Order: sequence, then C-alpha cells, then structure tokens
Amino acid sequence: MHEVSLMQDTVIIATKQARDAGAQRIHRIMMRVGALSGAVPETLEFAFDIVAKGTMAEGATLEIERVPLRCYCPACAQEFEPADFVCECTHCGRPSADIRRGRELQVTSLEVS
Amino acid sequence: MCKDCGCGLPGDVAIDGVPMSASQQSDSHDHSHDHGHPHDHDHQHSHDHTHEHGHPHDHDHIHDHAHPDAHPAHRTLSVEQGVLEKNDRLAERNRGYFLAKNLFVLNILASPGAGKTAFIERTAADLGARVRLSVIVGDLATENDAVRLRGHGIPAIQITTGSVCHLDAEMVSRAVERLDLNAVQALVIENVGNLVCPAVYDLGENARVVLLSVTEGEDKPLKYPVMFRSAQVVVINKMDLAGVVGFDRETALRNVRRVAPRATIFEVSAKTGQGMDAWYQYLHDAIR
Repeated sequence: MHEVSLMQDTVIIATKQARDAGAQRIHRIMMRVGALSGAVPETLEFAFDIVAKGTMAEGATLEIERVPLRCYCPACAQEFEPADFVCECTHCGRPSADIRRGRELQVTSLEVS
Repeated sequence: MCKDCGCGLPGDVAIDGVPMSASQQSDSHDHSHDHGHPHDHDHQHSHDHTHEHGHPHDHDHIHDHAHPDAHPAHRTLSVEQGVLEKNDRLAERNRGYFLAKNLFVLNILASPGAGKTAFIERTAADLGARVRLSVIVGDLATENDAVRLRGHGIPAIQITTGSVCHLDAEMVSRAVERLDLNAVQALVIENVGNLVCPAVYDLGENARVVLLSVTEGEDKPLKYPVMFRSAQVVVINKMDLAGVVGFDRETALRNVRRVAPRATIFEVSAKTGQGMDAWYQYLHDAIR
C-alpha cells in the first residue's frame, strides 16, 4: 500500500546521508519497524527493490529490525507485550493507552563506500 | 491502489483539477550516478571493520600503508531518522498555520462508503451559520465529492491523488492556499477512503475522526487497530440500519474501546440526523 511512498522517503534520506558523508554507494540500509507503525516489513522489502533502481542504493540489502508492541500498565506499574494489537494488560486485563514501543519507523544506519 | 504499486512516479496529484507541479511534490526519484567499478581492486587494510560485509578477503598480499587512490571500503553511518520526518515537519507547519487562523481542523477517515461525505454534509447543513466549515476532500479520482458539497453551499477543494492512497501534509498545505479560511471556524479534511495508509500521515489536524458504519461489521476496529488507535473520535454511522443488518452494538462499542480506550464515541445516522446533536456539542466545545 503506502510502503512505496515510505521507501521512496527512505531512499531519499539514505542517499542524502550517504552523499553528505562523501560515499558513492549504499550497500546496506538498516531500518527499525514497529508492529504498530502501519508498515509491513515484507511490503517495504518488495517496495525497496522498485524504488532503489537507478539510485546509489540500487542492489543494496535492506535489513529490518522488527520492534514488537510494548505497552505500560499504570495499575501494575509495569510494561507488557500484548499478543495482538490490543493493549490489554497481560496481568490484570485492564486496557492501556500508554504505548512504549512499537510505533518506530526509522532508518537507523547505512553501510556505504 | 496507490502509486505504491510501483507504477506511479509523482505528477498525478491535482487540486481542483490543477496538477501539483513536480517541484511541489516530493522528489522521490533520485537518479544518482552509475559507477561500474566492482570491488576488484586492492583493499586498504588500515582501518577497523565493525560490520560484516560480503566480499571475501581471499588475497594474500599485505598492505601496511594507505595509498590515496585505494577504494575506501565499506563503513557504517549512523542515521537514526524517522521515515515520516518530512511529513511530520510539514504537518507541524500546517498546525501552526491553523492555530494562527484560530481554526479547528478535523481529519475524517474511513473505508470507502462508510458515509464520510454524508456525515460532513449533514454537519455543515445543521450547523449552518453557527459553525462555518470549509472542506478539503481527497479521492483518487473525480471531483464528485467537492461538487456535492459545494451544491450545499459548503466551500470545498478537491484533491485528486491519482494513484496515491492517502493525503499527506504537503497536499493539504497546497490545498489550503486555495481556500479562504478567514470566514470559517473549522476545516474538515475528508481523507481518501482507506483504513490503512492514511493512519500514519499527520496532516496537522486537531482531531482525528474515524468513521465506522454498521454495515461493516463489529470487528472493524480489531482488524484496523493502527487506524482506530490513532482516533480521538470514533463515529459509528448508519445507525438507522442497525436493526436491518443485525448490528451488535455492545460488541462494536467494546471493540472500539479495546483498541482506542480514550476515544470519544458517537453513534449517529448522518441520513436521519439521529445522534448528531452530541457530535455538534463536541464540535462546539472544541471550537470554543
């Protein structure tokens, strides 16, 4: 779906960073993608091959670190990892709106030459 | 589908039929140089490798000096940048502009056919002079919705995205340039009918309103948690059809609350006007 737009932005970010560092080629792009980021890692990978063509990231490897959803329960004063996308405390069952991890959608690092 | 099928280069987004010029859209195609030299020359081994790389070091000569024309080997750059950073920045700019204009801005999201346009039409008609609205409406194609809204005397701008599955902050800022916002208290942005992609694009709105119609099934919030979780307001529309389709109200409300525990929920029929007064009260309080 919107993963091609996201990967176009990713390639723009990567090529700018690589150029600023005086690199000529990007060999690897490392990303962090949360379970609640709205992006599907497999679709990002598929999209990447399309949008990287003709750029200095063509042929690069895309490496995605998946971040599971982690919420915080104020009643139990602890974090928990729900089994699905519903943040209900795994100890007391109360719903939580406090999301601590899982929204990430970031370029973390590049391997360039 | 979106440009996101891979076919679409930018260039087909239009506002009231006028194409957004290429320079106004993200330059997503970055044709950099080609350089054909593979890694078939000598490596300089005077630095630390902190990463894995795939080419084998199967040569046996030793370099103990750096030569200036050596191809620099792979190195790692730390980036730590959000992919949506540019959109988020533009959305904040929109938000500042709306604040300066003293405008309350709603981003209306739903599946196609949930009744977004009818909900906006009814709201504008019932509020009349009490709360004046302008509308930006996004669709892949046709100006039908803007024409429909203008038919009721509501100022409306149509964004046709061509193949893009969502509105972004830049499209909204371009559309806003074409609206006279001095005489209105609220700007309503009707997003592209889609419960997936628009969820992650901040437009600079004050409140996200996600519509769910009774014909779509009670488990919609569980199926589209990213979207429903982002909502400040969830509107259950077409309540006049609830009996006909056997809508299980309790289950639907429970599902909304499970995914979006803090959202304000309204149960309405944009067609009959049922339940709309509570929504108007919310809007009235928010605008003050």
